[in-house]
Amino acid sequence: MSSQTSTTAPVQENYLNCSHGFRSWFFTLDHKRIGVMYLASILTMFLIGGLMAVLIRTELLTSGQTVMSAQDYNKVFTLHGAIMIFLFIIPGIPAALGNFVLPMMLGAKDVALPKLNLASYHLYVVGAVICVLSVVLGGVDTGWTFYAPYSTTTNTAVTIITLGVFILGFSSVFTGLNFIVTMHRMRPAGMGWFKMPLFLWSLYATAVIQVLATPVLGITLVLLMVERLMGIGIFDPALGGDPVLYQHFFWFYSHPAVYIMILPAMGIISELVSVFSRKTIFGYRAIAYSSIAIAAFSFIVWGHHMFTSGQSELMNMIFSALTFSVSIPSAVKMFNWISTMYKGSIRLATPMLYALIFMFLFGIGGLTGLFLATLATDIHLHDTYFVVAHFHYVMFGGTVIAFLGGLHYWWPKMFGRMYNEKAGQIAAVIIGVGFNITFFTQFLMGSQGMPRRYYDYVDKFAIYHQISSIGSYIMAIGFFMVAIYLVQSLISGKKAPRNPWGSAALEWQSASPPVHHNFEGDVEVLDPYDYSAIAYDPASGDYVRVGSEVKA
Amino acid sequence: MNMSGFLSGLLASAGKGTPFLAQANGPTVWMPEQAAEKAGQVDSLFYLIFWICMFFFTLLMAVMVIFAIRYRRKEEGEPVEPSPSHNAKLEVLWTAIPVALVLVIFYFGFQAYIDQVTPPSNAYEIQVTGQKWKWSFTYPNGYIDELLHVPADRPVRLVMTSEDVIHSMSIPAFRVKQDVVPGRYTKVWFTPIEPGQFDLYCAEYCGDLHSGMISTVYVHTPEEFDAWIAEHSDVLGSGSLAEGGERIYNILGCKQCHSLDGAPGVAPTFKDLYGSERKFREGDPLTADEDYVRESILDPMAKVAAGFEPVMPTFQGRIKDREITALIAFLKTLSVHVSDEEKEALQAAPAAQAADGAAAAAPADTTAAAETETASESNDEGVKTE
Repeated sequence: MSSQTSTTAPVQENYLNCSHGFRSWFFTLDHKRIGVMYLASILTMFLIGGLMAVLIRTELLTSGQTVMSAQDYNKVFTLHGAIMIFLFIIPGIPAALGNFVLPMMLGAKDVALPKLNLASYHLYVVGAVICVLSVVLGGVDTGWTFYAPYSTTTNTAVTIITLGVFILGFSSVFTGLNFIVTMHRMRPAGMGWFKMPLFLWSLYATAVIQVLATPVLGITLVLLMVERLMGIGIFDPALGGDPVLYQHFFWFYSHPAVYIMILPAMGIISELVSVFSRKTIFGYRAIAYSSIAIAAFSFIVWGHHMFTSGQSELMNMIFSALTFSVSIPSAVKMFNWISTMYKGSIRLATPMLYALIFMFLFGIGGLTGLFLATLATDIHLHDTYFVVAHFHYVMFGGTVIAFLGGLHYWWPKMFGRMYNEKAGQIAAVIIGVGFNITFFTQFLMGSQGMPRRYYDYVDKFAIYHQISSIGSYIMAIGFFMVAIYLVQSLISGKKAPRNPWGSAALEWQSASPPVHHNFEGDVEVLDPYDYSAIAYDPASGDYVRVGSEVKA
Repeated sequence: MNMSGFLSGLLASAGKGTPFLAQANGPTVWMPEQAAEKAGQVDSLFYLIFWICMFFFTLLMAVMVIFAIRYRRKEEGEPVEPSPSHNAKLEVLWTAIPVALVLVIFYFGFQAYIDQVTPPSNAYEIQVTGQKWKWSFTYPNGYIDELLHVPADRPVRLVMTSEDVIHSMSIPAFRVKQDVVPGRYTKVWFTPIEPGQFDLYCAEYCGDLHSGMISTVYVHTPEEFDAWIAEHSDVLGSGSLAEGGERIYNILGCKQCHSLDGAPGVAPTFKDLYGSERKFREGDPLTADEDYVRESILDPMAKVAAGFEPVMPTFQGRIKDREITALIAFLKTLSVHVSDEEKEALQAAPAAQAADGAAAAAPADTTAAAETETASESNDEGVKTE
């Protein structure tokens, strides 16, 4: 292969340096560049959302006013939620990491619809700008859920931000649609559905939800805008509307959206656990089917957000029963991941550390969901910090940790540079410890009765809030470390080999970073979890196809 | 609670034989005190789920950590022992066990929930209104308070609505929560088990002062509660007749228009009104006496004071005779036309006696005595007809 010669060249041409200038990036059709732009954008949003989280925790260090007024606090927690969910987590794994690796995992040159892919990114930028504009126009104080009739009567910039979220919805649908088409049309000869890496199965399940559920959010937000702008009564009882209807509409999207956030994370964990244990994934089909099962169940459990809303007892009973069904495929995945480690050759590199942290945190997040699915206990726990802790364990401990794992895993491929491994491990541990200090305390204060979205609190909750805030500072230090060593890696990191972790998946057959069209030559389709085909080559420090060591 | 208290609480509960198990009533690490009958049921279920989760979580994490240590990679490229890629029996087993467990949890949760939402027919009913950012509780006798007073050992049912956005009634010590939605009534019920004070929160975000929408539940013994409600069916309460009158003046909203210091307003000031010469838009002037005051309250349009608009609403049906008596006593204490001796007597007279002994408190006032007789007969009903 021609690649053997090009690796020795001092500066290899790749997708990063093949063309230059703003236009070559902003109007590129290359899925890798779009992925990198998405990555930069969502990390910027994560930074903003994270700063707001630190502000929230700082305000809650003491009861009464600490650093801001109640009105400002309400705007800050609303934007924290809206930014983290609509601008960071939902596009996070699929649009940034997924965009980069999906076509490569299929051995393809690009996604099926590159222009749609670019349009998705442009819509994301427009949506993000509009959302951030709402801050300039006075902020929004409704909470990210925009519950009516509060949202239809408050005089803050609700219409602007809902317009932003509406546009972001299209971006999400475009990405999902593109991925579905790509996986149907562009799998290489020899890669049947059940030969795909599990990350692709999870992206497929995610894409189905994105395409089917997001339009409902769009319609709901339009109805909200219509009520605000034209005074047509849809949700506000003062105008003849029904506020509980809004909750049904909203959660019909937003519950499946939770799985848009967690499914790709589960896909990443399936890859990491297998690669870093050098074991074929245990129960491939069970994991693949469980992704689809979760996507299907996700559409029929939305009512569990509304056990105290006044919906009928019968509805509550049905939704409670259905909600438990989601726990089974999630549990099955956990068992499969841990079984994959059995008799493995486990390397506790940074991505694998994140995978283990994920299993710990997602385990807690998932199990605490049982308390919330159970009717009698949910009545007590609903709208308390117990729920806040639960969804942070799932969304942050789950999705964000898996995102970090995936980012560290694919980083050498994306940028052709290694990062400081020791710093990566230390930062992962700091983030894990800080996370538990921050959010485990919130379980305790929640079950004691502390309501969520409170600017102020009664004395008995002070100690919990203080511990939680300290934890958030520890986490912030961890993230600061990650930012520093990743930037350092871009500037002066060691050159990454093609396949530093020893994966058999196709994306690692490309150069690091890949060339403009991904692969220099033909791609050899392998079983993504057959590690006997890949062996370590001590001479190059790289993993290579068995039989090709001699050439190196 | 301070840091050391928090830690010693954790340690103390961990030191006991059954560290996290719910004890009767007292707070545990996870749950606040149990102050209502169904709280114990919720807590038992919580701890059942808790222990199931603890068992499986500990098991899984132990296996994960053992694998991560035992099978740690010693050097790159070391050979890997083969192991199965799947195992149908094992996979069915670890699907079936969680299915069975969640079915059990669902069943108990559902059963306890149905108990929670089915009130007994003899529940004591209190109407609740949520609005930005306060609660108001209306008792069966019409008394309104911002605090929730309830009897112990008796089922209490709250019938709730909101005047603006969605609020949520949350009383952690009772383990109850129910959204309070504008445009409809939602209900919640509980049976408090022992006297005490408990926090009551708004749990659904409702704007600027959401975190200030906190009230207190006072649980009284049944006897104390009866006494409390009796005291509050009677706005006059204890204290003198004139003090009772002053309370009425504040509660019924007289103060919005009638000043006490002679300042002009929408309506004539109450200062020096009693016993003074009154002029009207129509008809002859007269001296303000008990009958005039009574007529002005019940039929304000009969004689409209000169220089004022006819804007006063009637209080017919909203005020009891003895409350009018008390109000008159209050007016007398403000007037220069009443002797100091009589004022002192009015200020000393217990209001509770207004019903049966107003004549003794104001011997010169035969009208009042006659009226209070009527009041006794009508037995606390507001005056319907004149």
